[in-house]
Amino acid sequence: MASQVVNLRVNERSREFLAAPGTPLLSSLRDALGLMAAKRGCAQGSCGTCTVLLDGRPVMSCLVAVETVDGASVRTLEGVARGGDLDEVQSAFLEGFATQCGFCTAGMIMTAEALLDRNPDPTRAEVVEAISGNVCRCTGYGPIVDAILDAAARRRKEDAAARRKEDIAARWGTADIAATPGTADAAARRRS
Amino acid sequence: MRYKTNPIDRTYFPDEPAPDFNVIGSVVQRSDALGHVTGRSSFFEDLSPPGLLHLKAHRSTRHHARLATVDTSEALAVPGVVRVLTHADIPNNVFTPLKLIGVQPDDEPVLAEGKVRYLGEPICAVVAETEAAAQEGAARVRVGYEELPAVFDVEEALAEGAPIVNEYHGHNYFTYEGHHCRRIRFGDVEAAFAAADHVFEWRYQSAPIEHAPTETTGCVVVPQPDGRLRIHSDTQACFFTLDNTALILGTPFNRLRIVGGTVGGGFGGKVDVAVEPVACVAAMLTGQPVKYVYSRYEEMQVSSPRAAERIYIKDAVTADGRIIGRKITLYVDAGAYSRHSPYGTTKAAAHLPGPYSIPNVWADCHCVFTNRTPSSAMRGFGVTIGDFALESQMDRIARALGMDPLRLRLRNAYRDGDLKAHRKVAEGTALVEVIQKAAEMVGHELPEEYRRMSSMDGGGR
Repeated sequence: MASQVVNLRVNERSREFLAAPGTPLLSSLRDALGLMAAKRGCAQGSCGTCTVLLDGRPVMSCLVAVETVDGASVRTLEGVARGGDLDEVQSAFLEGFATQCGFCTAGMIMTAEALLDRNPDPTRAEVVEAISGNVCRCTGYGPIVDAILDAAARRRKEDAAARRKEDIAARWGTADIAATPGTADAAARRRS
Repeated sequence: MRYKTNPIDRTYFPDEPAPDFNVIGSVVQRSDALGHVTGRSSFFEDLSPPGLLHLKAHRSTRHHARLATVDTSEALAVPGVVRVLTHADIPNNVFTPLKLIGVQPDDEPVLAEGKVRYLGEPICAVVAETEAAAQEGAARVRVGYEELPAVFDVEEALAEGAPIVNEYHGHNYFTYEGHHCRRIRFGDVEAAFAAADHVFEWRYQSAPIEHAPTETTGCVVVPQPDGRLRIHSDTQACFFTLDNTALILGTPFNRLRIVGGTVGGGFGGKVDVAVEPVACVAAMLTGQPVKYVYSRYEEMQVSSPRAAERIYIKDAVTADGRIIGRKITLYVDAGAYSRHSPYGTTKAAAHLPGPYSIPNVWADCHCVFTNRTPSSAMRGFGVTIGDFALESQMDRIARALGMDPLRLRLRNAYRDGDLKAHRKVAEGTALVEVIQKAAEMVGHELPEEYRRMSSMDGGGR
């Protein structure tokens, strides 16, 4: 069968490329689009290191035939830090020593992003369950779970600050309120 | 700052030059962490040079067999297949990685020559324009086997009449300075057994342990305009890999350049020189970049596990819990080839009889060849399984004597100044203090006499 043109919205940019039938989304991201953050660990859906968000939901990109998701929106780790600023999950991983070899990190962070998008205040058990499909063979699960809980707390705090700023702006009709730069943007971005 | 810092405990390290320490007790970010959390760290497979060829191995489906015929014609007919390599293409096909530190003989082929000695041993390397074509080609190599009897048990391998696994040795054990094993002879264990109130003997057996790194073993080799080869690899040992590869290729070391250091999980298993030599040969013969990366199945089936060990420990013990003699027979299952196991077996011997002062010690440590997957380095190899056996033995003795297992250990713990079984004087010992501290932390009560013990007192035994 002939290759076909596939369109994806990747990290909020439209991307168009050719893919042979059955090409995994992971291979398209890496080989056609040059996005190398998602890794190939097992190519059989058992390690989770290739996890990306497909229309906001975490998927193992090695198992998704790319032509079946033509037109979808994809988010990879490259699309998480914007304007050079790490987001809360990345900062918490960095500062909480939640990386060792780094090979599972992209999948862990994307799984965490998906969890915090749908559940901003997860319990420890919910975090453990969320990353249960992501294998870390350096066995650094403790710091990873801690980092995700820390990221959730940071994000809730930031969102609360952003909401306060929006309330004040709505009530007083001014956007000229000194607040932490970037926080409202970050919150708005996630809600969009 | 959200971090806890731990100042040095001066009670244990009074002599450390602490005032100018600026790392221990402080928080230092990993230099690679920013790359990891942004996805910018470059692992070898993130490299995709133009014209990249893919290499896949055709592997043995037998544990032990003579290779009667190897037919590559069907593989070569697969569209996209560029070349099929056999042992004849490898300049110095037979090697052993530790030859760099004088371990001999060379006993392992890069690609099988004449026979295969374990399931999954590489026979041919198929080079193709796509990964799928390389896989298809590898599947179409036809091998005619003449099955040979296989041996999977270390003691059976050493028994009279066992099939010879590795002809480069001529017998199923590695030779240490003319001896069939690594030996320790210290005092007189038989006299100790005669004098003992109790003699305890138990057997310990471990299984091979797979590393299962999330990133599988692999490399990308890129020919350079100056004729050199640049190897991007996830090896844990860049220079070790470079030197071994150069010896196999028969080229000067400076013809190779290795780029590495970013390893997606390496617990010892990525020190073998598993993929680089054949990928380099493929790159030299085709003049194109070549990628050779293990599938998850290959990683599980053929990458070196931690060696399985079988350990017999026989102890002479007095009624009050002093061990006066320890006799150990230890077998390391090297699998079909040496790799790092001769060294691991020496480490196992050096570690005996554990952190205890025992006046009579006898040990035979065998590095044994079998038709199992060759084993190699893994975190503390040679020591970890020995410790499992030794400490299990201590617990069992304590149980048999109705003694507190910590007091049994304190009574036998080595002290500074004790002569160890391999004729080294112990220094910097801390077992006594570690046990005392651990006991305190878990609320395990020790009598005054044991709390007052010190590694610094009572040595010179």
